[in-house]
Amino acid sequence: MCGIVGLFLKDDSLSPRLGGMLSDMLVTMTDRGPDSAGIAVYGAETSGGFKITVQAEDPETAFAQLAEHLSAATGQPCSLAAKSTHAVISTAPDNAAALISHLRESHSDLRIMSTGEAMEIYKEVGLPRDVSTRFEIGAMGGTHGIGHTRMATESAVTTMGAHPFSTGADQCLVHNGSLSNHNSLRRKLQREGVRIETENDTEVAAAYLTYRMQQGRNLGQALEDSLDDLDGFFTFVVGTKNGFGVLRDPIACKPAVMAETDAYVAFGSEYRALVSLPGIDAARVWEPEPANVYFWER
Amino acid sequence: MPTIDLAKDDLRALNQQLQTAARAVAEAQSNETQWRIDNPRGSHAIAVGLDGPIAVTVGGSTGYYCAGMNKEASITVEGSAGPGVAENMMSGTVVIEGDASQYAGATGRGGLLVVKGNAASRCGISMKGIDIVVHGNIGHMSAFMAQSGTLVVCGDAGDALGDSLYEARLFVRGSVKSLGADCVEKEMRPEYLELLADLLERAGADARPEEFRRYGSARQLYTFNIDNASSY
Repeated sequence: MCGIVGLFLKDDSLSPRLGGMLSDMLVTMTDRGPDSAGIAVYGAETSGGFKITVQAEDPETAFAQLAEHLSAATGQPCSLAAKSTHAVISTAPDNAAALISHLRESHSDLRIMSTGEAMEIYKEVGLPRDVSTRFEIGAMGGTHGIGHTRMATESAVTTMGAHPFSTGADQCLVHNGSLSNHNSLRRKLQREGVRIETENDTEVAAAYLTYRMQQGRNLGQALEDSLDDLDGFFTFVVGTKNGFGVLRDPIACKPAVMAETDAYVAFGSEYRALVSLPGIDAARVWEPEPANVYFWER
Repeated sequence: MPTIDLAKDDLRALNQQLQTAARAVAEAQSNETQWRIDNPRGSHAIAVGLDGPIAVTVGGSTGYYCAGMNKEASITVEGSAGPGVAENMMSGTVVIEGDASQYAGATGRGGLLVVKGNAASRCGISMKGIDIVVHGNIGHMSAFMAQSGTLVVCGDAGDALGDSLYEARLFVRGSVKSLGADCVEKEMRPEYLELLADLLERAGADARPEEFRRYGSARQLYTFNIDNASSY
């Protein structure tokens, strides 16, 4: 099954409540997938910096003195804010590429969850409520966010197999369904130099969209392309720095409900996920059409 | 009228209570026939397995499998319904004031399902005697492998209507995006206009029977063709 939620705010006065609302929505979807849970939050305050969210099995050891090491290694200041097994490393945007390659080459104890100016991804094995509490998602503000609770089919139940998947700066994707051509597509993308880290089908979809966007397509066009190149079942919800998109495959077995008001656009695998949102009784509620790209931008 | 508030009460207890009430009315041991459920909040399996002539009004939108396996009861949802509403209904009436999600009325054997908004994909899939009236549009693969019963669509139908159809009768007032394998348009005859008039009236649909087109099985897929004998 898997459960997906998404929230894209149009009214900034709701921004301080983004994490809380998203977290409540995700907890409602717990019985659609108890294996792992994750949330991507696009923070309201980007302040011109660049953020890299990393995860460690042994955070106490891995995060101790990490900021100092990274500052010394890259020659530019880096700061670190740890939350349980995750830490957000902040640096100047022009130091981001050097920092990311240094982390990949010299810190095998760290896994990069996300990179970008606005987005942070927190994901772990466990139930949505536990994951949300552990990373204090309820206290996070922001402009938009996406959450996922997983019932694993295509790869192992691990932190790296949890959603959301991010394969480009400020880009993320969550998926309900399963892709049947992910192995061949992964090989094709890897031959093109695309970095893919897991055996998971969803990561291939995320990498595919990133690849198409690198080739000059916008997110809406990349999603259109995926209808031709991805084989299998999917409801996708994707986030970019300023955008929020939804796509269902042409068969559309995987459920999806959307709600829109003047204040927000919301997505849920089921209507249950949306019932506590402000003004839901007066919202326009509908099921996204199969093979139809929905996309909102700020 | 007894009212059950799902914000406070347990779903399993609700269904137990309704099933007991339906049986009691069916066996003439009670005349408590009008029930109301508040705050459904998209919960699954509301008012399922009722077996007696009670009327249940659900004050909001429901999740998966509302009114499943219904027998004799009249269930009205004052909102939209999630996937599989009135699945395998045997008799009675289910009315959805809003939209219905995928596979509404699937495998239904009898009774009447009315959707006042739109129904999504696979409406009436494998229907076996149920009558379904949709005031709006229906999605793709509707009436797939439908065996008997009647599907009436006042709006448009999506792709592959009636694919692999047996003997169900399909009527569409608007456009049909495409017909599925072995589904063809058929002549509208007086007996069908009569059937439509009755169903439209019972479903409270503001449409005239003459505005509809009839579709049915070409009977090429499920009947043996002597020319294919050598293939067996």
